[in-house]
Amino acid sequence: MKTAYITDLHANREAVEAVLEHARSQGVQQYVLLGDFVGYGADPGWVVDTARELVRQGALAVQGNHDEAVVRGASPGMRPDARYVVDWTRAHLDATQIDFLASLPMTQHRGDQLYVHANAWAPAGWDYVHSRVEAVRSLHATDARYTFCGHMHEPKLFHVSGTGKAGDFTPTPGVAIPLPPHRQWLIIPGAAGQPRDGNPAACYATFDEGQGALTFHRVPYDHETAGAKIRAADLPQRLAARLEEGQ
Amino acid sequence: MDSKLYSASLGYASGGLPAPSPLEPGRVIDRFRLEEKLHVGGMAHIWRVSEVNHAGDSRLQLVMKIPRIKGGEDPATIVGFEVEQMIVPMLSGPHVPKFIAKGDFTRQPYIVMERIEGVSLRARLDEAPLAIDEVIEIGSRVATALHDLHRQHLVHLDIKPSNIMFRADGTAVLVDFGLSRHDHLPDLLDEEFTLPMGTGPYMSPEQVQFVRNDPRSDLFALGVMLYHFTTGERPFGQPESVRGLRRRLYVDPVPPRAIRKDCPPWLQEVILKCLEVKAERRYQTAGLLALDLQSPSQVVLTKRAEKLLRSSTIATFKRWFFALGTEPAMAMARTADQLERSPIILAAVDVDNASTPLLERLRETVRRLVLMEPGARLACVSVMRTARIGMDDLVDDAGRSRHVKQLVGLKHWARPISKALNLDEGRLTFHVLEAPDTAAAIVDFAQRNQVDHIVMGARGSSGLRRYLGSVSAQVVAHSGCTVTVVRNGVGAADAAAPAGAAKPGA
Repeated sequence: MKTAYITDLHANREAVEAVLEHARSQGVQQYVLLGDFVGYGADPGWVVDTARELVRQGALAVQGNHDEAVVRGASPGMRPDARYVVDWTRAHLDATQIDFLASLPMTQHRGDQLYVHANAWAPAGWDYVHSRVEAVRSLHATDARYTFCGHMHEPKLFHVSGTGKAGDFTPTPGVAIPLPPHRQWLIIPGAAGQPRDGNPAACYATFDEGQGALTFHRVPYDHETAGAKIRAADLPQRLAARLEEGQ
Repeated sequence: MDSKLYSASLGYASGGLPAPSPLEPGRVIDRFRLEEKLHVGGMAHIWRVSEVNHAGDSRLQLVMKIPRIKGGEDPATIVGFEVEQMIVPMLSGPHVPKFIAKGDFTRQPYIVMERIEGVSLRARLDEAPLAIDEVIEIGSRVATALHDLHRQHLVHLDIKPSNIMFRADGTAVLVDFGLSRHDHLPDLLDEEFTLPMGTGPYMSPEQVQFVRNDPRSDLFALGVMLYHFTTGERPFGQPESVRGLRRRLYVDPVPPRAIRKDCPPWLQEVILKCLEVKAERRYQTAGLLALDLQSPSQVVLTKRAEKLLRSSTIATFKRWFFALGTEPAMAMARTADQLERSPIILAAVDVDNASTPLLERLRETVRRLVLMEPGARLACVSVMRTARIGMDDLVDDAGRSRHVKQLVGLKHWARPISKALNLDEGRLTFHVLEAPDTAAAIVDFAQRNQVDHIVMGARGSSGLRRYLGSVSAQVVAHSGCTVTVVRNGVGAADAAAPAGAAKPGA
């Protein structure tokens, strides 16, 4: 069975549509959504509705820090920009959409896989997995063989062997990587809705359980339209520029 | 290294390894039946197997490689096998055994692949020194295989005679990818071990310093092999400590000609160039090495060719001093980048028949290509057509050699390029091929020398094209690389001449 892992959708309808269409063409049968459905982009309602529909059909989803912020409302500690986006997003979601975000769990398990937005050692603390050190910390905090997480917007693959030696790898899109099962793997598919590695194409990953092979994908999408909507919505202008530059 | 801990991890989440059942003829693993143990190695056994109820190609003989894993075994065996299981399915082509299937560590780890008949080159080591011609032949075949694998984003990192086999047609096949690194796969070995990985006598200086992503490391190992086959001796001995391994960072090998008098200077040049400590002083690609081995007269001789003594004590001391604590320069991130930086461009020049404007345009196109690729090597080729049957006049009416005349014409054509771009000799070579079929000769040359890009002119006269066929069309159709066909431009004779006006034999 082939599963698609999509994360950091960030209210970017154009990116999510392109990713879902690509996933269908890859023969994906199962979806896992790793959080941050909202924030930054101009289409929170559409993205939340789409996620809710996928979950209704059997997809698994977890909550991200942006989802949590929108559920709780802006806090005084946030940067003014961030507070503005949270308020704007809340104003553009109805009660059922906010309820859906509120209902999302912090972690989900399926077989030997763990899904969590930020890390496994303290999911609600939202600490980032920047390097091997944090990857090892996260992998040591779970029995799961494969951890899939988001939060970090750049695609990355970490692994830890039985001797505790960790490695990291920046994947090449479209190449199937066999993941030998007797070590632990931490997979960061990269952001669908706000790529930040200099390439504006949307990120996601697929895992073929029969083959034991993981593939990272990059899907070009209409980021100009997504950017234009951000500008028209009176959201911070630099959020639009980010999509065009993939920064 | 706590190998117990490691072995325990193999049964990760399944509570330990299954008890291994004995491997004996007749046992069936998945869909393969063990037939006969062919080889017992330190790290793995090789079995001849047959496919039960197979629907595949019955002509393909199969072997199963099974790692030797016992309690407390060196984790290198396990990780190495894991690496091989990841890499082998990614590779294709004639220079690797065809991958068939693999079995994972939770049950019985194995790799089933095509059986390559015969024995490895290991047997020939005991017969070294070999005839010079044979050394060249081996070197050129292995370099060709390496170039193909490097193009597939792989650095082998354990090139040595026991990992080299040959198909019946002479094609070199590289085996054992347990230490290899693939650009598109996580490098499981990178962080795992605190000792340099490789086989002592063959390890490149950068491998000794833990660099695992430089394809030129394989050229160093091939250089060690060629040295051994030429002289009967190992250039850096057989060190067994890291300190011993590091000696190659500052101690030169004895020049091959000091050991073997009939080693031609050009071959010494090639071997010592492979053995340069700094990778940037070696051949930049295996393709360039193969090209030199196939055209000895084109090898540019430097001081390396003439050396009969290893460097003086003072020079060695200097190098030792500078090698202390040096770290290799950050190697390029990707294997294929290194190759793309040093492409081979073939200019096919019809010096005798092409019109002057076409020759100029061809030259300008080639000049621009070489200008864009600072690491490019330019091979200028012309084909001297020979009759399929009967004797050829190898001299013209005035008694001059046709071959030499073509060579002179070719060099004359290339002169403005070599002057304008200040191409040092090593980057520019000339080849006059003698063949009955021009297109076939060009395609064949390009293939043998791993040419990346062919540039040629369209035949100038439509009459000739009509009666002899288009050479460029055949090259485009049959060559495996990029081909640029240069035309004289719109309105030029070749486009404008009405076909009916052409005269036969023009």
